[in-house]
Amino acid sequence: MNNGKINRVKDTIFKYVGILACSIGLILLAIFIGNILIDGFSRIDLDFLTSLPSRKAEKAGILTAWSGSLWIVVLTFFISVPIGVCAGIYLEEYGKKGRLTNLLEINISNLAGVPSIIYGLLGLEIFVRLSKMGSSVLAGSFTLSLLILPIIIVATREALRAVPSSIRAASYGLGASKWQTIWYQVLPASSGGILTGVILAISRAVGETAPLIVVGALAYVPFTPKGIMDEFTVLPIQIFNWVSRPQHEFSINAAAAIIILLIITFALNGIAVYFRNKWQKKLS
Amino acid sequence: MKKYYFNLLVVTALMIFVGCSNNKTTNKDTETKDIKIDGSSTVYPITEAIAEEFRNVAPNVRVTVGVSGTGGGFKKFSRGETDISNASRPIKESEALLCEENNISYLELSVAYDGLAVIINPENDWVDYFTVEELNKIWHPDGQNTLMYWNQIRDEWPAEEIHLFGPGTASGTYDYFAEVICGKKVGTRGDYTASEDDHVLVQGVANDKYGLGFFGLAYYEENKDKLKLVGVDNGSGAVTPSMETVSNGTYSPLSRPIFIYASNKAKSNKEVSDFVNFYLSNAKDLVQDVGYIPLTDEEYNYEIKKFADFLK
Repeated sequence: MNNGKINRVKDTIFKYVGILACSIGLILLAIFIGNILIDGFSRIDLDFLTSLPSRKAEKAGILTAWSGSLWIVVLTFFISVPIGVCAGIYLEEYGKKGRLTNLLEINISNLAGVPSIIYGLLGLEIFVRLSKMGSSVLAGSFTLSLLILPIIIVATREALRAVPSSIRAASYGLGASKWQTIWYQVLPASSGGILTGVILAISRAVGETAPLIVVGALAYVPFTPKGIMDEFTVLPIQIFNWVSRPQHEFSINAAAAIIILLIITFALNGIAVYFRNKWQKKLS
Repeated sequence: MKKYYFNLLVVTALMIFVGCSNNKTTNKDTETKDIKIDGSSTVYPITEAIAEEFRNVAPNVRVTVGVSGTGGGFKKFSRGETDISNASRPIKESEALLCEENNISYLELSVAYDGLAVIINPENDWVDYFTVEELNKIWHPDGQNTLMYWNQIRDEWPAEEIHLFGPGTASGTYDYFAEVICGKKVGTRGDYTASEDDHVLVQGVANDKYGLGFFGLAYYEENKDKLKLVGVDNGSGAVTPSMETVSNGTYSPLSRPIFIYASNKAKSNKEVSDFVNFYLSNAKDLVQDVGYIPLTDEEYNYEIKKFADFLK
């Protein structure tokens, strides 16, 4: 065999290794989702979505859990996105390269790796106790916002960096100020990337349990939140609670609740992807 | 585009503003009353069942139940943040001190028994029972890497490796087992299959002829066909856990009472005292519904009387 042939064989081998690597995750996910669907799909009906939690598995529902999750996600979105995007813009466009910026950057990357329960403890002290918000939806949302801010900031910076410098140059060339350039050119051009980061961040927030338990999210709440100061529970807590019950019927409930959680996540992502595509088309 | 970002900012500002202003005038509805409960996840299913039934009696009272764990629950309880605390162990001295500092007096009420089951694989035909000493020998930290075979426990048992299964060290069930079998602050050996999910332990022992495990009795009850229950001999003969042996105390030491702690707020707050009374008088049926073992009628009556004295 000559060199060329050997290289082609190596090429083919690597291709199949790559396919295998990609499919492992997908296959496991497919098995997992398949399993959950078999266990839980038949359990989902209107009653399940509109009933309060109960000790009887067949009567129990997730009304308080999914409405709590929805409140948390929407609030978290409105708190974290403006702060995260602004911080990203500052660091990328205004921040002078110096000690302070360096320090900020290192800290933000570090924060992205802090275990979520630590954020829970932080939230408990700052929001629940010092700010006297109590174990409310608002305190939970602020805590989750802290948790996902680093993700949003990093994604925003990446997206801003990817905007071609020709766009900036042209804008300045036409006499636009820095702010005008950012607002009218750079931000719209990078909105796709920013939104992708936001999607990832929000999806993470939907699935978090540990920090919310620390903040004081409850397991049994017989009412849906009416305002941002109400107490709440969320889907992951309800799922965890059911999974740890000995009776088999509760695992079926848990599977059904997982399906709902997946649907909520997919729906949120779907909305974000829709907006991303719409804005990107506008640009080109 | 511009409008969108502007709206976003306005909405956020509004929400934060509403959040802060709402804060000062915490909504004290005259219509609905709140009862706040937190604490052990072991006691949670019982309290949830009671809260569910209580809704039928008092629809205007909103009972919320959290699962911060016994320790986490007491922390909130001692700060006066909750009215009732679920506990799978008695209150610790340090926690009692905190309550005292914050002028919170309380009453401990037993609400049910929780039994620990020692279980083996159904194909295991050599084990008839364990003595407490044998369990100690098997699980003691000294046994790590030395006690590895069944015939090291009793000579006539097979020379096969023993495979141990148990809850993780973070669980209250583990603490309880370790304390009564191996002694206070000794812990157990570390070379066993640990899982916080008891279903995993059930599967582990059910598929391993040489397996041995322990977990809450309710998990055995749900998986009777896959597992074999082993009696425990504390010196007065082998006893298998059952409703009867746990509630009359003969299945010892692997059964324990579980508690709720009522704060002195119950004295001035009729809803809380109503709830506790409802709890104690309806516990018997509901406790069985969720897989725990009730106290006897006399014991419940005693707790009710204790609570009445506390209110005086």
